[in-house]
Amino acid sequence: MSQFQEKTEITRIERLTPDVFRITLESSEIASRARPGQFVMVRTGDGKDPLLRRPFSISQTSSGKYFQILFKVIGRGTSMLAHCREGEYLSILGPLGSGFTFDCKADNCLVGGGMGIAPLLFLGKSMLRNCTLKPPTIVLGARNKEELAPLIKDFKELGLSVYPATDDGSLGTHGLVTDILKGLDLAPTCKMSVCGPTPMMTAVHLFCKKKEISCQVSMETAMACGMGACLGCIVPLAKGGYAHACSDGPVFDAKELLWQVR
Amino acid sequence: MASSLKADLRVSIGSLKLKNPVMTASGTFGYAKEFEPYVNLHRLGAVVVKGISLEPRAGNPPPRIVETSCGMLNAIGLENVGVERFVKEKMVFLQDVNVPVFVNILGDSIDEYRVIAKRLKDVPGIAGIEVNISCPNVKKGGVAFGTIPEMAALVTAAVKEESSVPVVVKLSPNVSDITVIARAVEDAGADAVSLINTLIGMAIDHKSRRPCIANVIGGLSGPAIKPVALRMVYQVAQAVSIPVIGIGGIETYEDVLEFMLAGATAVQIGTANFINPRASEEAVEGLTRYVVDEKLSSIRDVIGGLILP
Ligand SMILES: Cc1cc2nc3c(=O)[nH]c(=O)nc-3n(C[C@H](O)[C@H](O)[C@H](O)COP(=O)(O)OP(=O)(O)OC[C@H]3O[C@@H](n4cnc5c(N)ncnc54)[C@H](O)[C@@H]3O)c2cc1C
Ligand SMILES: Cc1cc2nc3c(=O)[nH]c(=O)nc-3n(C[C@H](O)[C@H](O)[C@H](O)COP(=O)(O)O)c2cc1C
Ligand code: FES
Repeated sequence: MSQFQEKTEITRIERLTPDVFRITLESSEIASRARPGQFVMVRTGDGKDPLLRRPFSISQTSSGKYFQILFKVIGRGTSMLAHCREGEYLSILGPLGSGFTFDCKADNCLVGGGMGIAPLLFLGKSMLRNCTLKPPTIVLGARNKEELAPLIKDFKELGLSVYPATDDGSLGTHGLVTDILKGLDLAPTCKMSVCGPTPMMTAVHLFCKKKEISCQVSMETAMACGMGACLGCIVPLAKGGYAHACSDGPVFDAKELLWQVR
Repeated sequence: MASSLKADLRVSIGSLKLKNPVMTASGTFGYAKEFEPYVNLHRLGAVVVKGISLEPRAGNPPPRIVETSCGMLNAIGLENVGVERFVKEKMVFLQDVNVPVFVNILGDSIDEYRVIAKRLKDVPGIAGIEVNISCPNVKKGGVAFGTIPEMAALVTAAVKEESSVPVVVKLSPNVSDITVIARAVEDAGADAVSLINTLIGMAIDHKSRRPCIANVIGGLSGPAIKPVALRMVYQVAQAVSIPVIGIGGIETYEDVLEFMLAGATAVQIGTANFINPRASEEAVEGLTRYVVDEKLSSIRDVIGGLILP
């Protein structure tokens, strides 16, 4: 397995909304090997607090040399990252984890919510490059227009069309991504790839289960190491026992996981 | 390059000679293979693998970990593949790496410790056993073996009887006087003691009014526990005559030197591996440079060299 610990230079930092940022980093080691759905562990500072690295999906790569992470400021680590400047260096471990699988012969449908949209851009881009026959159907949800619009822009620039949904109805469908899915004419041979908050992924999994559509999900858990050593990042399995999100995942076949259905 | 420098970093743990005093701590280095992309494993003094029980254990439900100030709390619940799969699957890789391997073992009865030690006896590539006595004794109402001197001694003697390699007993800091336990296991035949295991702690999310980890309480590790670990290593080193292996919040070669000054013969690096997977190898490089720069004849000159006021 090819993984690296790298001091990578921040070549660009963009503020997409008041609390969503995108950082472009230079590392041909990581960028040339990364696959959609993989993540990196980022050290957010040199001190001992925050202590642990933070996991972020690789949201896209370019020229085999650069990769991007897209994140929302929610706590100390992400707030420190938001204060980084271009030209500074970040210590990165990666690329880590399994990626999404995709089959060009299938109808592909990508469903993302909030920051879970990040890895889907990389996946959509790879599908466009490799599957010339048919572009994927893309359904994205977020709280409001302010958060969703800049994320949709990246997909549009690639020439991909997006079905948007917002919680407040300020952009696209007023409601959930599953409300859009219900209205789409999805073939049973369709392959769904999902990343977003757990309630959203649960809803999409249930939708797919009913329609007998295959569904892969990217799971988020607390992570200390990102490489299978601490055993802290478990997700419960349907057959009993646990899998490790960092090394067995983060992408899993939704059928194999145990979902909390209320 | 530090790797081309020559320095005498050798230390001994019982009959075992280590090329340097830097080991990795159980549960923080997987089965070593996980770190192969980052570390030249053969340059480490030794590796200690994740705790092994007789039968595989699934471990605790999530969430299992949470970050706290300068540290982390974990309640992994001793998830492991069990001794049989460990020997058949995990040892194969370790046998090919030129590094001494300590197998950390755990059980919920004295008999379980004994049976695991017996199964590991004569397995090629195992340089030593580390006995985790911080586990609850199921037969004695769940009180940890490591908190009662008599129980700690019985576990030590049982493992010692079944082992042909050095036996290190890993002490729990969650006791009122750690030197009493250290002396008890020394008398029972331990070849060395390692300390400290995690300090029991707790974290609460006031917003949800819930504990941050599902097990409610967990083990604290990382830089936050270093002063406590140093104090305990210092006290134990004076109480016993077997080697002491220092553990707790060690990240850099400077931290290693501090533990050695307090009396440790060797050290283990734990949580720091998660933040810098190369921490152990970098500590070896730092110690090499230190011995050369200070013109020491050996790193052993540092052990117990604390200058008191
Ligand atoms: C595989 C993987 C990929 C990820 N990819 C991305 C990504 O591309 N973009 C992105 O923005 N984030 C992503 N995350 C989540 C990201 O790692 C966390 O947001 C980050 O670790 C928070 O760090 P912090 O120090 O800012 O917050 P902390 O100080 O650690 O947490 C602040 C508060 O937020 C809560 N919290 C922690 N994590 C989350 C979470 N995921 N969602 C909601 N609340 C949380 C904590 O309980 C705490 O109360 C990913 C996580 C995983 C496991
Ligand atoms: C995630 C995690 C898992 C651990 N698992 C074990 C274990 O299986 N057996 C054991 O004896 N100690 C275990 N420990 C304790 C460490 O080996 C070490 O004693 C402790 O973390 C203190 O060192 P540190 O501060 O350098 O991490 C674990 C620690 C952590 C953080
Ligand atoms: S994050 Fe440590 S094992 Fe997955």
